[in-house]
Amino acid sequence: MTGPAPTASATHRVVDAVWRMESAKLIGALTRVTGDVGLAEELAQDALLAALEQWPESGIPAKPGAWLMATAKHRAIDTFRRAERLERKTAELGRELAVRESTEPDWAAALDEVVEDDVLRLVFISCHPVLSREARVALTLRLIGGLATDEIARAFLVPEPTVAQRIVRAKRTLTAAHVPFEVPTGADFTARVSSVLEVLYLIFNEGYAATSGEHWTRPALCQEALRLGRIVAELLPGESEVHGLVALLELQASRLAARTGPDGEPVLLGDQDRGRWDHVLIGRGLAALRRAERSGGALGPYALQAAIAACHARAGSVEQTDWPRIAALYDALAQLAPSPVVELNRAVAVSRAYGAAAGLELADALTDVPALRGYHLLPSVRGDLLEQLGRSAEAGAEFRRAASLTRNERERELLLDRAAACGPAVPGPREP
Amino acid sequence: MRFMVIVKGTEDTEKGVMPTEQELTEMGAYNEELVKAGVMLAGEGLLPSSKGARVRFDEKGGSTVIDGPFAETKELVAGFWILEVSSREEVLEWVRKAPFRGGEVEVRQVASAEDFGDAMTPELREQEDRLRATSAAQHGS
Repeated sequence: MTGPAPTASATHRVVDAVWRMESAKLIGALTRVTGDVGLAEELAQDALLAALEQWPESGIPAKPGAWLMATAKHRAIDTFRRAERLERKTAELGRELAVRESTEPDWAAALDEVVEDDVLRLVFISCHPVLSREARVALTLRLIGGLATDEIARAFLVPEPTVAQRIVRAKRTLTAAHVPFEVPTGADFTARVSSVLEVLYLIFNEGYAATSGEHWTRPALCQEALRLGRIVAELLPGESEVHGLVALLELQASRLAARTGPDGEPVLLGDQDRGRWDHVLIGRGLAALRRAERSGGALGPYALQAAIAACHARAGSVEQTDWPRIAALYDALAQLAPSPVVELNRAVAVSRAYGAAAGLELADALTDVPALRGYHLLPSVRGDLLEQLGRSAEAGAEFRRAASLTRNERERELLLDRAAACGPAVPGPREP
Repeated sequence: MRFMVIVKGTEDTEKGVMPTEQELTEMGAYNEELVKAGVMLAGEGLLPSSKGARVRFDEKGGSTVIDGPFAETKELVAGFWILEVSSREEVLEWVRKAPFRGGEVEVRQVASAEDFGDAMTPELREQEDRLRATSAAQHGS
């Protein structure tokens, strides 16, 4: 089954829009009642197909969401009765007594009930740790975002059947593992929230910094992650890190338009036209960061990253940026979530705050870290710092090394340009 | 894409008639739905035009301030939302859900810098840049 088929027809576009608005609520309610997310999605898809068939003739109903729900409800009850008939027949064949009371639950009433937590529970199921990361991402976009399989496939540059398989398997895994449709409690809660945030962050990053392919950004995916983040923040208003992640995404997204030049080439933060930053998103990002700060306790890794992004958002230029504060925030982040990539960022911030030599010292300490061996940003940063220190030949070599490591074609061009600006390659002994 | 949903004035909004409790509840629920769906970026209701003013410019750039209220009620703006959605159809479906009885709502797409084309010179961008940086700093205080 696929989502709404792309079509020129105006009605179909309205059906697409309604699906995007209503599908998560619909699938959430159906999962609560049927106890099976796979069946719930099938029923919702049946209702969608009915809309695609009937609305071009009958016109768009006054309350399209209610129409979809009513249709899905009828299908759900039909399905239950069919299953029950089959069960009875089997029981009779086995000469067992078929005197059990009819156990048909009051699905109709249950589906009429609006349960606030339906969508939240669906989020937790879609991001369940029993699933692989790829499966969580695909299922979240599908069930919460209302994206069709082909849309997900295009966004992630993978063949459509791969995504379809991923989703089918994910639903089977959830059924097999008897994953309950619930909001986790106790110690489990924090871990499950982390899993949700990780999925949203992965979706956003896939759009923000495409690791391969010709396109530097895929803004639609970022926007989708942002929308999902805002939804989750409303569902979990007391969670500091949820607001931290939303703040981070809003602030990163505020720079989307400025990150690409007229010919599609990447523009790095320092060179970005800050007039093209989206001040509506900056305002929202800063507000979300305040919510994260107000939720109490020390800031988590997402909120710290958001606080760093906020320093950039508040600054009128690279020079006016509060680099000592950024360096301190990276220091806090390195203690909370130590990683060589954070160390590398800290090196950049330190170089801005206290000079290229201080930054280079930190960056040099990272050259032996195995995790960074194939990471193009390490030579890219070292090249930048060496260039600032007037060591052009070494800088050129670093930029060329970075160019050979990046998987993004646009970024490779940018790095080779910078290498060329450092002068011709000097043959000679290379560092080990 | 972003849309501005403009709620037009009525005699009641101009008289400053407060909404009934039921209307407030319905509007509150609608706003909550917009926020929970992650589509509402901003939204405000405006006080009657009697509290506002117009500034009229002559061709030489001189200006005159005209105090409200203003007569042509239906042309006045009584409130607005800024919604971020993925299509024109989506914004219209959201607007159709609004709990209004009577009156009119106008839906307009928000232009991005790209829509201004070459008229947006680097100098203008730079100016806008300073403004936005200031505005962001204020938001962040």
